[in-house]
Amino acid sequence: MAKSIDVSDLNIYYGDFLAVEGVNMTITARSVTALIGPSGCGKSTFLRTLNRMHEVIPGARVEGKVLIDGQSLYDSNVDPVEVRRMVGMVFQRPNPFPTMSIYENVLAGLRLNNKRLSKSEADNVVEKSLQQANLWNEVKDRLNKPGMGLSGGQQQRLCIARAISVEPQVLLMDEPCSALDPISTSAVEDLIHELKEQYTIVIVTHNMQQAARVSEDTAFFNLAGAGKPGRLVEMNPTKKIFSVPDEEATEAYISGRFG
Amino acid sequence: MTTLDTAPSTGASLRGARLPRYAPAIAGVISVAAAAIVGMSLSWNLAGMVILAVLIYLVGLTTWSRAVENSRAATDRLVTSLIWVALGIAFIPLVSLLYEVISKGAGQIDGKFLTWTMRNVVGQPGGIYHAIIGTLIITAGATVISVPIGLLTAVYLVEYSAGSRVASWIRFLVDVMTGIPSIVAGLFAYALFSLIVGPGTQFGIGGSVALALLMIPIVVRSSEEMLKLVPSDLREAAYALGVPKWKTVLKVVIPTALAGIITGVTLAVARVIGETAPLLIICGSTDSLNYNLFHGQMASLPVFIYTSYTQPGLNPSILQNMAWGAALVLIVIVMVLNIAARVAGRIFAPKTGH
Repeated sequence: MAKSIDVSDLNIYYGDFLAVEGVNMTITARSVTALIGPSGCGKSTFLRTLNRMHEVIPGARVEGKVLIDGQSLYDSNVDPVEVRRMVGMVFQRPNPFPTMSIYENVLAGLRLNNKRLSKSEADNVVEKSLQQANLWNEVKDRLNKPGMGLSGGQQQRLCIARAISVEPQVLLMDEPCSALDPISTSAVEDLIHELKEQYTIVIVTHNMQQAARVSEDTAFFNLAGAGKPGRLVEMNPTKKIFSVPDEEATEAYISGRFG
Repeated sequence: MTTLDTAPSTGASLRGARLPRYAPAIAGVISVAAAAIVGMSLSWNLAGMVILAVLIYLVGLTTWSRAVENSRAATDRLVTSLIWVALGIAFIPLVSLLYEVISKGAGQIDGKFLTWTMRNVVGQPGGIYHAIIGTLIITAGATVISVPIGLLTAVYLVEYSAGSRVASWIRFLVDVMTGIPSIVAGLFAYALFSLIVGPGTQFGIGGSVALALLMIPIVVRSSEEMLKLVPSDLREAAYALGVPKWKTVLKVVIPTALAGIITGVTLAVARVIGETAPLLIICGSTDSLNYNLFHGQMASLPVFIYTSYTQPGLNPSILQNMAWGAALVLIVIVMVLNIAARVAGRIFAPKTGH
C-alpha cells in the first residue's frame, strides 16, 4: 500500500517570493528518504507540498507536478483533504489535542473523519497504533488520561501513533526529533525502521548522523544566498552522499566546512 | 560568567543593610497612631485621618528605607506602597456598595419576598418573583441570540477572513457597537418591533434583542481573543490527518478555547443583566408574573428597582426597602453566574494531566 512519489520541476512560492526552485525528485516506496540542508533552504516547505499542507499558509502556491503513484496532487479536481488522508504528517513540535485523552488523540483522525467504529475496533486501532509507535507499554494503564500529561518524547510518539492510526500510505516527518532528548530520539528512530516496512517515509532532519542512520536515500537542499530560492543540490543513496557525494557543496556541508 | 565580570563596582560584598521584615507593619502602626493623635487634636473626620496616615506612611517608610538601605530599595518601597494604596482606593466603592446593599437588603429577603409577585399587593410588602423570572428569561433570550452570532463572527474573523478588508471593517464596526449607549439599543428594539408587530409593542423578546445588541460586541471580541490563542500547531495537526477545515474548527479549535469563550459570555451577561433603560422602554413594567417572552409586558429586577424607588406610592418605605432587597438579589445572581462560569471553565479547560 505504500506509494512512490515523483516530483518534477516544482517551484514553490509564498506570495511573489520564490522559496524553492526547480525540484526534480523520485522517492521510492517503502523506504526512508532524508532531506538535509541549512536552515531556510526550503526542506520543510518542500515537505509540506507533498501533502498540500503548505497551502494552509495564506498566499502559498506551487508550480510543477507532484505525482503519487501516477496521481497528480495539484490537479484542479483533487481535494486537499483527501490528499492529507493518504499522506500523513508528524510535526517538529509534539502537538497532541489538549482537550482529548491519549485514547481519543490516537483515534482523532478516524473519529473526526466520521468513521463509525465499534468499541472493540476502536480499542484495536488504539492498541495497534500505540504498539507501532512504541508507546503502548508506557501508557496502556492510563489511556484515559490527557495527552498533554505525557513527557515531550512520549507526546511525539503519541503524535506518530495518531498519524499512523489513519493508515496513510506516505508519512512525512518534519524534524520529528528536534525537541527530543537522545533516548526519545533513539525510540523514534527505531520506530522509523519498523514503519518503513509498510510506509513510504520522508524525513526532514538537521541531524546528519540521524539521516545516515535511518535513511536509504538523502536529498541535500541548499540556497545560493539570502533572498535566493532554495534548490535541490543532490539526491543519492545515503551511503554515497556520506562517502563520495557528487557535488562539492554537499561534501562541504556534510563535513562541516559549509559554504 | 560575563555578568559577574562586568558587575557594577559597588563593592565586593553582595550584602547590604536591610530593614527588618516587619518594617512596613511598624511604619503602618506608627503612622496610624500619629494621624489619630493629630486628627483628634484638630477634630478632623475619619477621611482626613486616613489620608494623613497614608501620607505619613509613604514619606516615613521611604525616608527610613533611604537612610538604612539604598535609594533603589527606597523607590521600591515607595512604589509598592503606592500600588497598595491604589488597590485600597479601588476597593472603597466596592466594599461600601456591598455593605450598603447587604445592610439594607438582607433583612428584606425571606420566603415570601422570593416567591410572591406584586399582583394585587397594595400598601404591604410583596415579592419579586415576577421580576426575578423576567430578568432570567430576558437575559437567557439575549444570550441565545447573541452567543451564536458573536461566536460565529469570531470564528469568521479568526479562521476564515485571513486578514481581508471585510474583516477589518467588521472589527471596526464591532468596536463601534461596544460604545452604543444602552438606551439607544432599547430605542432600536422598540422602533424595530413597532415596525414589525405594531406601534407601542412591549414584550420580553424586545428586551432580549436590545440586550443582545449590547452583548454581541463583547462576545465577539472575547471569543476572538480566545480563538487566536489556540496554537496553529493544533489546526495543522488536524489538517494533516485529513480533517476538513469546518470540522477542525468545530472539534479542535472551539473545544480548546471553550473555557475562555464561556468566561467571555459570562462577562457579557454580567454586563447586561443590570441594564434598566432599554428594558424600561421595550419590556415595560408589570406587577404580574409573565412567563411568555413573546407576549405582554415583562418585569425585570432593574426595572423593578427603578420603579419601586421612583414611584413608591402611598407608603414609600415599603417599596423602597423592597428595591434594596431586589438589588441584593441581582448582585447574588451575577455572582452565582460568575462562579458557575468558573466551574464550567475549569471543567472544559484543556487538561494537563496533573
